[in-house]
Amino acid sequence: MNLSRRLLIGIPYLWLLVLFLIPFLIVLKISLSDYDISIPPYSPKFDLSAGWEGIKDYLGSLDFENYAFLADDPLYYTAYLSSLKIAAISTFLTLLVGFPIAYGMASAPEEWRPSLMMLVILPFWTSFLIRVYAWMGILSNEGLLNQFLIWTGLISDPLVILNTITAVYIGIVYTYLPFMILPIYATLEKLDGSLLEAAEDLGCTRISAFWLVTLPLAKPGIIAGCFLVFIPALGEFVIPSLLGGSDTLMIGKVLWEEFFSNRDWTVASAVAIILLLILVVPIILFQRNEQKQREAAK
Amino acid sequence: MRRFTWFNTISLTLGFAFLYIPILILVIYSFNASKLVTVWAGFSTQWYGELLRNEAFLDAAWVTLKVAVISSTIATVLGTMAAFVLVRSGRFFGRTLFSGMIYAPLVMPEVITGLSLLLLFIAIGLERGVFTIVLAHATFSMCYVSVVVSSRMASFDESLEEAAYDLGCTGWDAFKSVTLPIIAPAVISGWLLAFTLSLDDLVIASFTSGPSSTTLPIKIYSSVRLGVSPEINALSTIIIGLVTVGVLVASVTSKRAIALQRQQERNAGS
Repeated sequence: MNLSRRLLIGIPYLWLLVLFLIPFLIVLKISLSDYDISIPPYSPKFDLSAGWEGIKDYLGSLDFENYAFLADDPLYYTAYLSSLKIAAISTFLTLLVGFPIAYGMASAPEEWRPSLMMLVILPFWTSFLIRVYAWMGILSNEGLLNQFLIWTGLISDPLVILNTITAVYIGIVYTYLPFMILPIYATLEKLDGSLLEAAEDLGCTRISAFWLVTLPLAKPGIIAGCFLVFIPALGEFVIPSLLGGSDTLMIGKVLWEEFFSNRDWTVASAVAIILLLILVVPIILFQRNEQKQREAAK
Repeated sequence: MRRFTWFNTISLTLGFAFLYIPILILVIYSFNASKLVTVWAGFSTQWYGELLRNEAFLDAAWVTLKVAVISSTIATVLGTMAAFVLVRSGRFFGRTLFSGMIYAPLVMPEVITGLSLLLLFIAIGLERGVFTIVLAHATFSMCYVSVVVSSRMASFDESLEEAAYDLGCTGWDAFKSVTLPIIAPAVISGWLLAFTLSLDDLVIASFTSGPSSTTLPIKIYSSVRLGVSPEINALSTIIIGLVTVGVLVASVTSKRAIALQRQQERNAGS
């Protein structure tokens, strides 16, 4: 292997080892340490000078106490469960909102499609934080939505939406919508229109042709879109913290507060490790789906 | 033939209304004379003036811009190298780990990336500031860059590079005169993606920044938590305006570049 090839592989490799893998191992290690009132606030601390015996002592004093603590305190498992529930429901809602848009785009005249694509992608480039913030002014008690509903006479007292779970759902659907639309649009756009004609010639109504032909063919896109929404929604922090109330428990927020407010690094690290373990399942399923699609494309 | 029916028209109209009305409202209310964001009290540009006099915001904007430019440039170099390794380098020791480390940060929750980097910086005693945010941003953006660049690299004809080698090019020459021009649009979009990811990031920056290095999203977040404010609306409007112009310019130029490249390929073919 010549030098330039070694450098080419070595530089990004080393970068990722130092700034991705090692930090992750540190989190794993701290999650097995004990909380201690010191700086940094955990023990034991790694001490190379003690030599091999020191390392053995050190490894011996690691334990799963923090994980036991997570299992004991209902705060944590309710937070995990409620994150899973919120992520699942909002993924489903995003699908309900996103599918008709993707379908409309794929059926639009061909010369419109690049512009429609552009219109879907544009909000994705604008700041996430700003798009979440935009809803704060709309959903508050004196907000525009309530003003509008009172003006139409539908309600007489303002609805409380901001700082509830409804606002979190709205926020997730709104910000992750492009992730749902784009993969579905990609599969629908490739869909051969003559298949639908054939189905209709064979006596299908338009609706049954949709159920029997369009939907099954769009399945890979739907699955990809669902994972692209579900995975980041599960660890979401900004949306529950700005739009949700104190009763909206999401694990990303719990981790943040454990670290920044309670300064309990060991528990925060254990929370992070469990969150990753939960994410491994959807991520593997997502990769399988992608692989199947790639093989189908060949 | 698929038909463009009333159903499609309605779903597109409602869908795009949903996507754009909140942003539109945000922009409109940035020109509101009232301090109360939800009550319209006439047109005014006073909040833009206040914003320009607010030094904390200006400082944060400067830090953010610095971080974004440096980190996205590092990310582009590293990400392009990584893409090259993934697509062209064949087998080497630890390849599975390497590609795992490229794809894992894409799905890693931001809170975990932030937490793990912070714990690293503390463990090695690195003082937190602009430098640590740059390191953090470059690390997660390089993965996005390498995905964008490697998909372009996988799709172009490797024999072009081989021809360059046959004609006596060294590795670097072949890269500079054959590969780079072909993957340039992907490299540029990778840079833009890394740049916006960095501009946008709140969570990782919050973990890795120090007291002297507040970025704009951190500043926005801490003032937004207290409630809606017209100054933030004005700031948002400026950001939205810049992004829109940037994306439109980038898409028009990349379309032209692709059209030009196709033209040249056709000319070369005929």
